[in-house]
Amino acid sequence: MAETIRCASGDWVEVRYVLLEPADRAANLPADTAAQPLLVWIKGFARQAAAVGEELAIETTTGRIVTGVLTDVNPGYSHTFGRPAPELTHVGRDLRARLAAHRASDAVTPAAKAGE
Amino acid sequence: MASRTEAILTRKGEIMKRALGMDYSEFERSPIAFDYEGMMAAHGYSLDQITAIQAAAGVGSTPLLELHNLTDLVRSYAEPGKGARMFVKDECANMAGSFKDRRASMSIHAAKAKGYAGVIAATSGNYGAAVSSQAARASLACIICQEAFDSRHVGQPEIIEKSRICEAFGAEVIQMTVGPELFSHMLELLDETGYFAASLYSTYGISGIETLGAEVAREIAALTGAPPTAVVITHAGGGNTTGTARGLRRAGATTTEVVSASVDLSGLHMASDTDFNRKSFTTGHTGFGVPFATWPDRADVPRNAARALRYMDRYLTVTQGEVFYVTEAMAKLEGLERGPSGNTAMAAAISIARDLPRDATVVVQETEYTGAGKHHWAQLNFARANGVEVRLGDPTESVPGRSIVIPERPEQIHAVEMDLGKLRHSYVRNALQHAGDGYDPTAEDITFLAADTNSTPEAVEQIVAGLREG
Repeated sequence: MAETIRCASGDWVEVRYVLLEPADRAANLPADTAAQPLLVWIKGFARQAAAVGEELAIETTTGRIVTGVLTDVNPGYSHTFGRPAPELTHVGRDLRARLAAHRASDAVTPAAKAGE
Repeated sequence: MASRTEAILTRKGEIMKRALGMDYSEFERSPIAFDYEGMMAAHGYSLDQITAIQAAAGVGSTPLLELHNLTDLVRSYAEPGKGARMFVKDECANMAGSFKDRRASMSIHAAKAKGYAGVIAATSGNYGAAVSSQAARASLACIICQEAFDSRHVGQPEIIEKSRICEAFGAEVIQMTVGPELFSHMLELLDETGYFAASLYSTYGISGIETLGAEVAREIAALTGAPPTAVVITHAGGGNTTGTARGLRRAGATTTEVVSASVDLSGLHMASDTDFNRKSFTTGHTGFGVPFATWPDRADVPRNAARALRYMDRYLTVTQGEVFYVTEAMAKLEGLERGPSGNTAMAAAISIARDLPRDATVVVQETEYTGAGKHHWAQLNFARANGVEVRLGDPTESVPGRSIVIPERPEQIHAVEMDLGKLRHSYVRNALQHAGDGYDPTAEDITFLAADTNSTPEAVEQIVAGLREG
């Protein structure tokens, strides 16, 4: 079983809270959105020790005190570049070849060759 | 009982008046008309003063690059004698990596001058990075509200990168799930903190973009002896088009065609939890571009300083696949690895340069930074993971939210012309609706609507008469 992640007071953490329950949401929302609560995630320094899933107060970078459920301790970022899209890997090779062929052809005026 | 959202919205006028440090009511003339130029001039900064403020903030005077390889590529398939010279303004060179620094630098300057302790902006885009960066330099506290996740806590990777960069600059980032209540929460935070509203749509922000248009006009004139033939501008909320066009005019480029361009995301609902992660562009798309062109005053300020329909001569749409193709091509042909925003206009520029004579000049007036999350590979991988089909083929076959079709050849890049007449019609209908039932537009209203739609009083009268009959 995975070990429970805990924060100590003063740790940089992330909490989640419900800003609006579905009943309190704006009118005229699409049905899929209206059925969901509006959730917020925010980071700050823990004001007390807690385990993930427990409620705690944090102090944000602007000094506000916000209460929510602990979701992460020392939260990071995992977005990436990922693998190249196979639909795009040929683009550089093809366009460079076309450009070279065009410049070698008679269609190119001396002015264009000089870059105008 | 009024909901929490409704309760705060009833106090919007009072909260925003304090948070903007500006009373918009003095510019109102009627339920339809207001003194736009009076409002724009009210901050009192000249273009030269704005340039100096921005220079001190590390913003502006970005390189204008001629794109020789891209120009020759277009000429390789254009008809003889056709294929305009292409240029790009490398706005990525600004402090936080986009033209949004021009907007943010003025908002932050105003906040500091007026004595606010901090600023708040609701934005999931580059503007958040720009505000966070400028606020850090000005020693102001900063809160950025972002629509970041769907209800599964899956984040659009481009927006997650924006969260990261805002936090890197020391901002407090409020990451929310999908919904327009982002703006009502921003009002609550403005009320709680007493901070300045660094709105994207304030007069400060829009005036800050005028330096970009003026730089383009002067730099092209210095190179070619003439104003640019066309400037292509990625369009969402209207600020980019408005500020650039105003700057072009101020610098004497009165004959330049102002071309707005957006990614076509028709059919996707912008407030839908399920559609949220089925789009590969988080801004610069028709989901913002059309509603803001046809009703700019939907913004978070009483009167939007960004009024794109006033300035656009053409409005073009391109597909997601075309922009991804162009993004890859720009890196490989021009050594410019940049983000989707400027490359939206670039796809449209490639399309129109093909039909212009060789001595014409086409300028794309921005680039933006790219990186993990924002990068086109990341976006295409994310699209696939969310059930969107990605394939090579004819881009006209793409269906936003269902398929992304990457062109096989540059000849397949064809921007689609939006009917400005229809947009003007929608705008006038919206203006009459907001004025209230039975309101009869005055001669001053008709003059205002003509100016606000880049049209004539006669054309507006005709639309009004048509709506009355309908």
